[in-house]
Amino acid sequence: MEKFTTLTGIAAPMPLVNIDTDMIIPKQFLKTIARTGLGKNLFDEMRFTQDGAEIPGFVLNQPAYRKAEILVAGDNFGCGSSREHAPWALLDFGIRAVISTSFADIFYNNCFKNGILPIVLPAEAVATLMADAQRGANARITVDLAAQTVTSSDGQVFPFEVDAFKKHCLLNGLDDIGLTLAKARAIDAFEASAAQARPWV
Amino acid sequence: MTGPKTLYDKIWDAHIVSTSEDGTCLLYIDRHLVHEVTSPQAFEGLRLAGRKVRAPEKTIAVPDHNVPTTLDRVSGIIANEESRIQVDALDKNARDFGVVYYPVSDVRQGIVHIVGPEQGWTLPGMTVVCGDSHTATHGAFGALAHGIGTSEVEHVLATQTLIQKKSKNMKVEVTGHLRPGVTAKDITLSVIGATGTAGGTGYVIEYCGTAIEDLSMEGRMTVCNMAIEGGARAGLIAPDEVTFAYVMGRPHAPKGAQWEAALNWWKTLKTDPGAHFDKVVTLKGEDIAPVVTWGTSPEDVLPITGVVPAATDFTGGKVEAAQRSLDYMGLTPGMKLTDIKIDTVFIGSCTNGRIEDLRAAAAILKGKKIKEGMRAMVVPGSGLVRAQAEEEGLAQIFIDAGMEWRLAGCSMCLAMNPDQLSPGERCAATSNRNFEGRQGRGGRTHLLSPAMAAAAAITGHLTDVREMM
Repeated sequence: MEKFTTLTGIAAPMPLVNIDTDMIIPKQFLKTIARTGLGKNLFDEMRFTQDGAEIPGFVLNQPAYRKAEILVAGDNFGCGSSREHAPWALLDFGIRAVISTSFADIFYNNCFKNGILPIVLPAEAVATLMADAQRGANARITVDLAAQTVTSSDGQVFPFEVDAFKKHCLLNGLDDIGLTLAKARAIDAFEASAAQARPWV
Repeated sequence: MTGPKTLYDKIWDAHIVSTSEDGTCLLYIDRHLVHEVTSPQAFEGLRLAGRKVRAPEKTIAVPDHNVPTTLDRVSGIIANEESRIQVDALDKNARDFGVVYYPVSDVRQGIVHIVGPEQGWTLPGMTVVCGDSHTATHGAFGALAHGIGTSEVEHVLATQTLIQKKSKNMKVEVTGHLRPGVTAKDITLSVIGATGTAGGTGYVIEYCGTAIEDLSMEGRMTVCNMAIEGGARAGLIAPDEVTFAYVMGRPHAPKGAQWEAALNWWKTLKTDPGAHFDKVVTLKGEDIAPVVTWGTSPEDVLPITGVVPAATDFTGGKVEAAQRSLDYMGLTPGMKLTDIKIDTVFIGSCTNGRIEDLRAAAAILKGKKIKEGMRAMVVPGSGLVRAQAEEEGLAQIFIDAGMEWRLAGCSMCLAMNPDQLSPGERCAATSNRNFEGRQGRGGRTHLLSPAMAAAAAITGHLTDVREMM
């Protein structure tokens, strides 16, 4: 997994609430057995017509936002299906951070496994950053994971909370399977005692 | 942790392998269910790292999302190449890694969340995960069950554990009793209507109260299945005699002395008096009506007697979302929900593809014909549900009514197989999501119960099933 330390980039505004993972990556693109290559289908049904032509009004089709690396989104981003294809598609497009007032639980966790930082901020802060994002490509937002801050293009600083373990893994690009396998003895011990206590499992 | 515990607290505590200073836990996973869409990258990850599946005997794989449900599937290969590759990959992965496997040709094949309980893999007090958000279904047994992404699927395959932080406790109590024509589906949709799709974010919900206790296991699974649509990590219902009766004798349920030992522990799996809940929501069973969704979020719920709302009925970001929903759904504010004409009816899915659901639909359809021009399909949740429905004569009722009687799979719930809606096609569906494009690009979905879906199939429009009982 790629590390996430700091990022200064173009932020695309998506004020719609309840953007679900079916919107982020529709089901017809889940038939892949790879993790890569999904960026071209990110937000497919919002971004392209059925014939594959770009829908000009969609934010990521607008010249200012074609190279966006941050999304500023409405409440409850990433709800619905557990498909990790959603963060894979965001990452493949080039999005490394998403800012919202709230995220669905599974999507939030999936982001951290893929080097994407989901940032929860209060509604007023998101509104400020949304307005900043709406100013276009010159308005660059900065995210600093170590400092746990988001800085708007005019220098307003918004601190955010993040779980210490998730932060550690993301800052260092760690594979958490390796970390857990280092605790194999504890897992062995648990299995031995569970086999006594609940032999039917 | 001392003092009175919730059911969630008890299951959590029984599965902690280790706890870090910051409260992050390594949680042991008793059952890992696997399907073909969210697992290939996880198995590939194991191969690349030279890792094995730690507990193949606790890992159960079944293809469901992509499989065709038409009767000709038994005779041939899957026509869609990408779908075929994905199902073939599961086939190979299951055999290479030695996990329990129910291939398409096995009568026990079906939707993973129907197969698990049916085969007795899901038991009270367990931790159950699957790379699928509707894993919440298994909470009906008093098992802590939730969906995970593919990276976590790989983590569980390799370690049989998950790195977790504990969620908060939420209680959803449904008091009293349901009125005739009102079902578990109406309960779970009404709860989401009350809390919103983010109302459960950060929580594990325990559903309780007499109206929940009244439900069969099938009904309880319907309720817990949609906990995720309310944003909750998981839904739980304390196991009781109804649970034990369902589990007893299932192929992988404990037997003999182990059954007695299990039962002794299972009977302790209930929230202690005075245990703390961070949030409490109460609904009166008598107040719940048969409901339908009008929009493109499961929170867009109204009693069937209602009218389509206007965007201006909402506040904040929901105004724009509601207008977008109305445009997408092609609905005009103020029109009666019962005036909404339906093109297609879909009965099935992990929400409502069990035998009781088919019985409820058949009770309405018996001796009737579906509306001329209507497309209607009944897709049983497993091969065994299909066999039982045929034995009980339900299948013949559907066929005589003019409906298609299919083989088991996820089918039109998410339309990864050929069962899809066309742009503008309007469907009354017993599934769980009415998102834009969910059942096919441009398709319009109204969520409802199996009995309500059957009623709509007959009349050709959304209908209050109570008028047909």
